This record gives sequence, C-alpha cells and structure tokens, in this order.
Amino acid sequence: MVGTAIGSAIEGMRPIVEMQFADFSSIALNQILNNAGTHYWRTNVPVPITVRLPSGGTKGSGPFHSQSMESIYAHYPGLIVMTPATVEDAYTMLIEAVAIDDPVVYCEHKYLYYHLKADKLPTEGLPTGRARIAREGRDLTIVSYSAMVHEALAVAEQLAPEGFEIEVVDLRSVKPLDTNTVLASVARTGRLLCVGESFPWGGVTAEVIARVTGEGFHLLDAAPQRINAKDTPIPYHPNLWSAHRPNAKEIVRKARALLRE
Amino acid sequence: MLQTAQRQSKTKKPKTALPHERFLEAFRWMLLTRTLEEKLVSLYRGGLITGGVYIGKGQEAVSVACGLFLKKGDIFAPLIRDQAGRSAFGERLLDVTRTYLGSRLGPMRGRDGNIHRGRPQENQLAMVSHLGAMISVTVGALMSKRFKGEKGFVGLACIGEGGMQAGAFHEGMNIAAVEQVPLVIVATNNHYAYSTPNDREFACDDLVDRAIGYGFEGYSLDGTDLGACLEVIGGAVKRARAGRPPQLVVASVLRLSGHGEHDDASYVTEEIKREPFARDCLKVAEQAIVDLKLVDAETLAEWRKEAAAKVDEAIATAQKEAPPEGDKEDWCALSTRDLVDDVGTIE
Ligand SMILES: Cc1ncc(C[n+]2csc(CCOP(=O)(O)OP(=O)(O)O)c2C)c(N)n1
Repeated sequence: MVGTAIGSAIEGMRPIVEMQFADFSSIALNQILNNAGTHYWRTNVPVPITVRLPSGGTKGSGPFHSQSMESIYAHYPGLIVMTPATVEDAYTMLIEAVAIDDPVVYCEHKYLYYHLKADKLPTEGLPTGRARIAREGRDLTIVSYSAMVHEALAVAEQLAPEGFEIEVVDLRSVKPLDTNTVLASVARTGRLLCVGESFPWGGVTAEVIARVTGEGFHLLDAAPQRINAKDTPIPYHPNLWSAHRPNAKEIVRKARALLRE
Repeated sequence: MLQTAQRQSKTKKPKTALPHERFLEAFRWMLLTRTLEEKLVSLYRGGLITGGVYIGKGQEAVSVACGLFLKKGDIFAPLIRDQAGRSAFGERLLDVTRTYLGSRLGPMRGRDGNIHRGRPQENQLAMVSHLGAMISVTVGALMSKRFKGEKGFVGLACIGEGGMQAGAFHEGMNIAAVEQVPLVIVATNNHYAYSTPNDREFACDDLVDRAIGYGFEGYSLDGTDLGACLEVIGGAVKRARAGRPPQLVVASVLRLSGHGEHDDASYVTEEIKREPFARDCLKVAEQAIVDLKLVDAETLAEWRKEAAAKVDEAIATAQKEAPPEGDKEDWCALSTRDLVDDVGTIE
C-alpha cells in the first residue's frame, strides 16, 4: 500500500494511505522509512504522501491495536510527524498534510474519535511546527501531544483549586518539534513535566527534556520529569490498560512532587 | 483461458528471427555495458571506487531487452545487474561514472552510490536496497498514470530469483494483478542469491509457475540467447501495453561474476558452470552476428573501440569533478524547508 502510494506520488499524485491501525504500519516501515523518507534526499524528488495512523489505546484494544508510533517515525529523517489533539487541529492539519510536499505521518488518536466534537470546522489553524499553549499557567509546564493533552488539561483543572497554575503545551507536531515554545514556557514556569502515551525508552518526552536541558538548563528550578506508558506490551483488559498508560492519578502525583521542589 | 505459466520445455525454441537492426542495437548496448563494467571493476581493484561494485556480467542480454522496448513515459525499475537496460532506456554514462566515482555532479550527488541511482523525474526509478520494495512503487506509478488519463504506457520492474522470495515481492505482484496495471516483471534467475543456491531459495518446480497463482501471464526463457530475450521480453512489453494482464518473465542465466566485486564466488560449482545457461550471452550474441554475417569483423572492432572511447571519456570527466564536502553539504532531508526540525534557540 505504501509502496504504491510512493510510486503514485513520484508520478504527481498526493495519495493518502490509511492504516487500520497504527500498529500495522510496522509492516510498512521499510517503505515509509527507507523509501519515502530517503527519496527527496537521494533524488531531489519529493514524495508527498500522507500516512494516516489511527493511534493510541482504547479500552479492550490489546497489544496490537493500541500503539503510538510517533517516536519511531520522528526518529528517522525525511518525515513530518503530526499528532493533533483537537478536532480543529485534526481537520486543518490533515488538509495541510496533503498539501505538504514531503511525506507526513499523521497520528490520529482513536480515543479522540469518540470523545471530541466540534460544532463547526475552522477555516485556518496554526501552522505546522508551531506548538499551542492549551492552558496558561506560571508554576509548571506540562508538555504533551495527542490524547494526553486532555489528561494534562484535566490535571491542571484538578490542581487549580490548590492554587497551582499549570501551563499545558500541546506540541501538535512532534517533528518538527517546536522547541522554542516549550523553552519560552519553561522560562515562565521553571518546571517541566512531559507526558506521552508511547513506550518509555527514548521517544518524544525524552527528546523534549534533552532539548530543554541542553538549551535552557538555567531556566529550570527542578529536574525535569516525564511520564510514559509502561515498558510492556499494551494490555487488553480495561483495568490493566488504564494502569499501563499514563493516567491522571500518576500525572497528579508527579506534578505535585515537581511543584513541591 | 489465459496463456499462463508456459514452461520453457513446452515452448518452441525462439528463433533469432528478429529484425537484425534491433539485435545489433541490443548487442551494442551489451558491449558498452561490458566495457563499462570491466572498467569499473579495474577502478575498484585499484582502490578508486568507495563502496561496492555490482556488475551484470552474463545478464546483459536479459537486461538490455528490459530497457530496449520501453518508450519515453514508460516506467523502468532496474536493480543491481541492469546496466544494459538502464543504458538502453536512456541513462547517461556520466550518471554511472559520477555516481561510482563520487562526483557531486551526479544524480545522487554523493548521497547514494553505485547501483542505487536513478532519475525518477525521467521515470528511471532509484532502487532502495530492500529487495522487492520497488515492485509496488512501480505499480503505484502506473496507477497514477492511469488516474491522470494517460494511455499506452507500461512499467517494467527487474528482480532476481532471490528477491522473488521476499515478502514485498509477493505483495507487489499481488497488487499489480489486482489493479491490472500494465506491468512486466522480469526475473533473472542467475542461480545464486549471493552465495545461496537455488535449492536453498525456493522449493517449487519452476518459478514461472507462480505467474498463474497471482493472475499474471508467465513466460520462461534462456537468458543467454539475445534473440530469445528480445522476442520474449519484447512480446511481454507489447502484451502489457495492449492491456493484457501483468506479465512475468523468468530468464535463466548464471551470474558470471561475484555478487559484488568483493566476492570471489568460490561457492559457484564447476558443475553449474557447464550448464547451458552458464554461457556468456555476449559471446553467444557475437557468434550469431559472425555466423549470420550481420556485420563484418572490422565493424565489430570499430564498435569495440567506440564503446571504449565513450567509457574512457565518461570516467575521465567524472574523475576530474569535485567530490561532495561535509561542511558545504545541504543537510536537509525535506523539500519543505520551513518544516525542518531544529533544536531551538533561546533568545
Ligand atoms: C530484503 C533484502 N534482504 C537482503 C538483502 C541483501 N542482499 C542484497 S543482494 C542479495 C542477493 C539477491 O539475490 P537475487 O535477488 O537472486 O539477485 P542477484 O544478486 O542474484 O542478481 C541479498 C540477499 C537485500 N538487499 N534486501
């Protein structure tokens, strides 16, 4: 499927490939990473394909229908990786993904299919590569993307009565990663917590922390922290699943610890 | 009933009854290829080429037939032993020498090397190493042409018998047949995938039998016989162009070199070297030219000289050109420059 999309794109079309689900794009890694991702660099001919990845966990989906693969795609050169968290972004970014001349991996979280609604569709959105301040605050920055933005917002709401003002940054795309918006937020709050749904080894949350510590170590009042899913396959049973992924309880615990430092 | 999976044993031996001009034209591309590749090998031995050198010695007849029947606008997906086909399809010699010798002016500009080259904007697809991956890419390019309303085009993708065993190859064949695109797959069975012999590669009786299982029409041929290559591959291209189902051609040859020039091919048995498919297709074609008195010895000598001069010139030009340089390179893997990821700057 991805191979045919690459061929069509070389011949001038703008194909959209929909994976059911993100997990199965592992079968197409070779075409996405080694063919689409290298093509412009090698030949000067861009490959404008959009690969839609229904991503992330929902109750009962189990190990092979729940994965978040943005970190793998972001690791490789030559790809743009979008991770919208809102209906508005899902809409404008998908349109933009198709318009972009380079391959775009568009990670759409399945949880959001069921939980988000909008009355009308926007006519324009923020440009790709720009993060969004989803909630303003001055005590702690939570950097997140995709469905975890909503967990972060819930935590910010929960801690507000205690007098904590938490700023939530929605990355929108993990590649390019808007390091400047994150740094500016950390400059205001001095504290950083990154939340991502993918597995804990490396990945987006680690990358954000590496960049903030490398570029803005002096802005930090406490060691930056991150929360990811557990380092096991994703479980089927809802009780296990909700404990496997980052959840509000865990985010609250880590946020409180950071705020106390 | 479709005529599928025709075995070599069941086909009449194709006569060398093609127009002599085409045979001679093909022979000259083969000669140029042999001359070029021998030169590349000596440059490699002299330490003047970085990375591998992969040649198509013994496969030039099959390969040239792959390139010769394609027209402008057709899609060609060559692999590692297809210099003759690449040249016949229109690849410039300078593209070859610049890529092997690391000139920054070549199509790959030092970013990729040896046979991993192409000009997709001229429908010469640039192979990735992963065998089988280019089949579905060729199918996609053909689908795109169909969407755009183009007519009368074909695509031709090459593969080795080893690559035929890769999952991506199966998927590619399947989607080609499902989409009924005008595709020809030419599989060259050179009896080894690197050092792995046929009996460790597949267990079916004859690879061409696979055609029917996918919905392809299949043909076998003796890849050492240039006349047969032109007839069978030319016929397959014609049928695909005319709207017949996708075509699979399986050619039998022996690889007359190592896998790459780093390989002495000591595993190739003496017994297999005595097989009829172990003949050198270039010598066989030249003998036919002499026997049928298609041209005289003087003309043959003249062609040799011309080929050598062209090769020497392409090498000399590439050798004079500057290599790419790390600190001047444009390290950007995206064409959309404002979406390049950078680590950020604190203002
Ligand atoms: C998917 C994949 N696996 C392994 C390799 C390494 N490899 C490169 S060439 C080759 C042998 C290929 O044999 P065959 O397809 O018969 O072509 P030949 O080299 O004989 O022309 C192998 C195993 C590869 N390029 N791609």
